[in-house]
Amino acid sequence: MTAVRTMPDGEAPATAPAAPGAPAPRSPGRMRRALKAVTPGPTPDAGGAAIYRRWWLPWLWMLPAVFGAAAFGVFPFLNTLLLSFTDAKPLGGAAGFVGLDNYTRMLGDSDFWLATRNSVLYALIVVPLMVVLPLLLAVLVEKNLPGIGFFRSAFYTPVLASSVVVGLSWQWLLADQGLVNTWLEKAHVIRGAIPFLSDSWLILLSAMGLTLWKGLGWYMIFYLAALGNVPKELHEAASVDGAGAARRFWHITVPGVRTSMMLVGTLTGIGSLRVFTEIYMLGGSTGGPGGADRTLPFYIRDVGLDPLSGNAGYGAAVSVALFVLTLGLTLLAQRLTKEDES
Amino acid sequence: MTTESPAAPGAPRRRMWPRWRDYGRPRELVVRYLLLLFVLAITIGPLLWQLLASLKGVGEDVFGSNASLIPHHPTLRAYREIFDQVPVGTYIRNSVMIALLSIASQLAFSTLAGYMLSKPGWKGKKAVWVLLLASMMFPFESIMVSLFLSIRDLGLVDHLAGVWLPGFVGAINVLIMRAAFLAVPREIEDAAMLDGAGEWKRFRHLYLPSAYGAILVVTINTFISAWDDFLWPLIVLRSEEHFTLTLGLARLQTSSFGYDQRMVMAGSVISVVPVLVLFVITQRWFYRGVASGAVKL
Repeated sequence: MTAVRTMPDGEAPATAPAAPGAPAPRSPGRMRRALKAVTPGPTPDAGGAAIYRRWWLPWLWMLPAVFGAAAFGVFPFLNTLLLSFTDAKPLGGAAGFVGLDNYTRMLGDSDFWLATRNSVLYALIVVPLMVVLPLLLAVLVEKNLPGIGFFRSAFYTPVLASSVVVGLSWQWLLADQGLVNTWLEKAHVIRGAIPFLSDSWLILLSAMGLTLWKGLGWYMIFYLAALGNVPKELHEAASVDGAGAARRFWHITVPGVRTSMMLVGTLTGIGSLRVFTEIYMLGGSTGGPGGADRTLPFYIRDVGLDPLSGNAGYGAAVSVALFVLTLGLTLLAQRLTKEDES
Repeated sequence: MTTESPAAPGAPRRRMWPRWRDYGRPRELVVRYLLLLFVLAITIGPLLWQLLASLKGVGEDVFGSNASLIPHHPTLRAYREIFDQVPVGTYIRNSVMIALLSIASQLAFSTLAGYMLSKPGWKGKKAVWVLLLASMMFPFESIMVSLFLSIRDLGLVDHLAGVWLPGFVGAINVLIMRAAFLAVPREIEDAAMLDGAGEWKRFRHLYLPSAYGAILVVTINTFISAWDDFLWPLIVLRSEEHFTLTLGLARLQTSSFGYDQRMVMAGSVISVVPVLVLFVITQRWFYRGVASGAVKL
């Protein structure tokens, strides 16, 4: 559009305060000048676009956001790529080019693979549950019963608390002397305490439970909006035909919110790869016994940002691996969504 | 209601309150409420337990088989103690500082940028659009190493500004504001233009007031993510005087001093209450924030 436009960007008509040093107007027509006088700012032109008297004015408005996106969004990514070929230290000093050393080290690093396994496992277990459970919850609170607003708000409260607070609470619930073990022992379900917080597998599973518990309310609200778009008549008609609640859920609700389910799957998949605080709170600052429960973000922090032994270059290489994993998951989800639509 | 309302003559009389049977069959209702109560116990149980335990006195067990759920002699002792023994006041001040700074910068810059993005016809708009979308592609965890090096080069390690800076404006909020500004009817703006209102005046007096919903959503989202954030402050901050509330709480729990559990629980309650109050006041905007599509887990 800009290429076709022959009019100049209308620099400084006589009626408006000209920017100092602005070039003289390139003979704008009289009509145009008259129009400018009554319509300061953007003027609609033939293409529906507006013309700014000073081309840089919109950029002035955009400047902070553009700077933020560039300096703290795009640049760090490009810099991470560069860093992954160096041996930069987190606290400074000269960084040398090391070629592909970080990547070869990564491929032979069993701790890296353990962290990758934990992250992938996290996604594999959390995603299906997070797609289904909040939907069931949304169906449960969809009907306008007395007091339903209270229930919706109450189910949402775990979302509000920080992962740290929630982690503290779960830590005490799951401790050897905690509420869960005490109750189970009192009910004679178990004899000794279940080592929720010392066995590496149980820590990982507990953290997944924590993630689920904290996310339920968020996606419940997400689904509630989608459920509103499923025609009520379908449910009524199916009811008349004698379809039970389960069949109606499967044949009407699920197809009706399919797109939302795909979206929730994508979002929770990406979120699962970002898990850090849950592991930190339940497994301690080491990330489980011997670091056995570390996820990729946890591992990046440990190897890349430790003030003493950290290697930002190697941390950057693991970061690239995390990004590739996230990207792969996003592309996979996109493909699945497309196949689903066709 | 003794007389029919004149506006609807002949309409069937409507009850003020629907009867229970209007909601469905009794058995279905009972099952529904039982399920609701069950989920209620699971979702707010752990948080409620934290609150109750924080009110327990020294003589009452928090853990173990002798511990009861309800405190028999409720006391605020733990709340007094946590302020005495731990610099919670400093933690709170730091968290509030970061939250306020973030809200101020996010609001100022996302409204400015969102406004211009909602306007057609300026050079480079497409490039800006691509840049903003690209900046949202990278998970924070995959760029935090580089972010930390930038903060280090700026000399902001162990400074609150270092925690605030990388998130001082978010592309997602710019997009939210843009969508809200696009919804302002064109006719109103044309009228304002004819009245001679300049760009800034229209932005300030026409667009901003029309988009108060989106502004609230951005405010709430920003506040919660700043208040609840843990990983980034953990990386940037070193000395206790700069700790945020989440850092302080996590530190309390993992410290070797073995602080009184009632006290740590009191700290948790202190951390949740502001968010809870905000939620009660502006509930529907929270829910709208969910629809704005931020990634959350």
